[in-house]
Amino acid sequence: MRVGLFIPCYINQLYPQVAIATLELLEKLGVDVYYPSTQTCCGQPLGNSGYEDDSKGACQLFVENFKEYDYIVGPSGSCIYHVKKHFDILEQTPDVVKVRNNAYELCEFIVKILGKTDLGASFPHKVGLHKSCHGLRGLHLGSCSERMDPHYSTEEDLLNNVEGLELMKLNREDECCGFGGTFSVFEEAISVKMGKDKIQDHLDNGVEVITGADHSCLMHLEGLINRDEKPLRVMHIAEILNSSI
Amino acid sequence: MSHSEKAAIFNKDEAKVNWHDKALWFVREKRDTSAQKVQGWEELRNIASGIKANVLSNLDNYLIEFEANAQKNGIKVHWASNAEDHNKIVHEIVAKNKAKKVVKSKSMLTEECHLNPYLEAKGIEVIDTDLGERIVQLAKEPPSHIVLPAIHKTKEEVDELFQEHLGTKPSNGNPEYLTNEARKHLRDKFLKADVAITGVNFAVAETGGFVVCTNEGNADMGAHLAKVHIACMGIEKIIPKEEHLGVFLRLLARSATGQPITTYSSHFNKPAEGNELHIVIVDNGRTEQLSREEFRSSLSCIRCGACMNTCPIYRRSGGHSYDATIPGPIGAILSPGKDLTKHSSLPFASTLCGSCSNVCPVKINIHEQLYAWRQIIVKDVKQPLIKKTILKIAGVVLSNRILYNIGGKSARFMLKYAPRFMVYSKLNAWGKARELPEIKNQSFDDWYKVKRKNNG
Repeated sequence: MRVGLFIPCYINQLYPQVAIATLELLEKLGVDVYYPSTQTCCGQPLGNSGYEDDSKGACQLFVENFKEYDYIVGPSGSCIYHVKKHFDILEQTPDVVKVRNNAYELCEFIVKILGKTDLGASFPHKVGLHKSCHGLRGLHLGSCSERMDPHYSTEEDLLNNVEGLELMKLNREDECCGFGGTFSVFEEAISVKMGKDKIQDHLDNGVEVITGADHSCLMHLEGLINRDEKPLRVMHIAEILNSSI
Repeated sequence: MSHSEKAAIFNKDEAKVNWHDKALWFVREKRDTSAQKVQGWEELRNIASGIKANVLSNLDNYLIEFEANAQKNGIKVHWASNAEDHNKIVHEIVAKNKAKKVVKSKSMLTEECHLNPYLEAKGIEVIDTDLGERIVQLAKEPPSHIVLPAIHKTKEEVDELFQEHLGTKPSNGNPEYLTNEARKHLRDKFLKADVAITGVNFAVAETGGFVVCTNEGNADMGAHLAKVHIACMGIEKIIPKEEHLGVFLRLLARSATGQPITTYSSHFNKPAEGNELHIVIVDNGRTEQLSREEFRSSLSCIRCGACMNTCPIYRRSGGHSYDATIPGPIGAILSPGKDLTKHSSLPFASTLCGSCSNVCPVKINIHEQLYAWRQIIVKDVKQPLIKKTILKIAGVVLSNRILYNIGGKSARFMLKYAPRFMVYSKLNAWGKARELPEIKNQSFDDWYKVKRKNNG
């Protein structure tokens, strides 16, 4: 099994530790990981802003970079969702179809494809899980509070197997954090208010570390936590799952 | 003013935002609890969605069938192609009956057509009889929510409003006192009304009858006391069979307020002896929306308001920030079809979280339609130059690895070494309330080249 590692642009540039944790975790799980060095971005910031047509070059480059792999795995539900959902703007060549079908968010890849939930990690902290909307409602990584389906959660399955980790329950388990890509700057007031409310929910429930499978949400929350000097920190789920494995 | 500007103003009073958010979240939770009690809730949504899709595909035939059956029952059917026609038709009926006083129960369509100011300009008194509607009417405001029209008002604000308009005593916002006073005030209006106008929740093609759902019984009160009843409906309100009410009535109230059923689900099939019953069937842009394949299903909406209650943006920006008859997520996909330029900011008033699509009882893919409108708006409506330029350049940079390297390196360099006042300037909306990420010494690319030089 050859896996192409997809590191979203903002993680590559701003959060190398998340990319490193993802790579190390996959390697430790015995996966044959390759990192195509000419990758850039999935094109989501353009598509969500209405400039889908201008993103075709980025999408095409994505396909070129990853078409040879059996699976494409990335530590960002939102970007993976974009590949699966919105690469319909490209001509649906066999390569494009293959890339869209085989793109996986990291947690889903570990649980569904590798069939593992206990990764031997240890992280003795009170953790709050931020379920990103694109991971949850887009990729169906878990059941959604709006729908009357049986409860399940890919990330919870992984976190519940981490030694010492205490998963805290939130008052609003899957409300959006307000990041929303360019929404965060074009609807600044609401974006900030949503983020502040989200952080308060975690604080009210004794959370020490907010984690999730989408670092863009966490970047937004981290920005507010740092500005307001709240007693919380954010960590990508790959960093927790990769801790003292 | 765009949605974001209005929302920013609304957010200046954080305590009010918190109150508004919590009030609507309470309704969302009531909806969840109520839906959980229905076995096969998700299947019920599938069925409703299917019935509505069938209606939209065969709308012409159903409308003709409905008209024929309604006429057989003695109902007078009128057709209006736009808001102006609708208002004219209603006024003609009112004038023909020499009516001066009209009571109206809740109807978003008459809001859409601006019927009240039209009739008032012709010397006719129009009283909204739904309590929330009456409150916003007294305040000379549009409804901020389609089911809870005065949800933006606190009980203290209602207290002051009633003192001014109904001559009530100060009561510190005592809801019981205020509703009793409203009841007395409205009772008098009901008794004196010549004409009652209602909306229509469901018009049944096979019977020619229609159903109006209210919690206050005000539609019945109006329609039973007045000699003339005018029911106004959009063309999309049709359902094929009476038995389909078993699907929609179960979904509507639970989705709207968490009630198992609305207090009153009133069936109107023919005029009472000696009375008149009219139905005005209105297009007003709906056929055009029907022709837009991507947005067609927006016409399936049964106006429950669940998408508003669940929307984290709606809850924190208030209905008026949408500046549209129908606010919230569903309004943000319906309104651009009516006036693309005026409503061009609405599809961007969303994080595309998808919660709206999940609560929608008829499964409208609201967040996907928001995305689709965005693609149209940046092409057809003039965009801010800076936003457009940045995104166009991003498109080029992200499709070219060399430019991407240069861009990434220089951005990281700039953010790392530029003085704080430069980075956190007025141009940086992110940095107004948020810190930027701390810039590390290397990107993942840099790290990978050193640590995994044998790979790739």
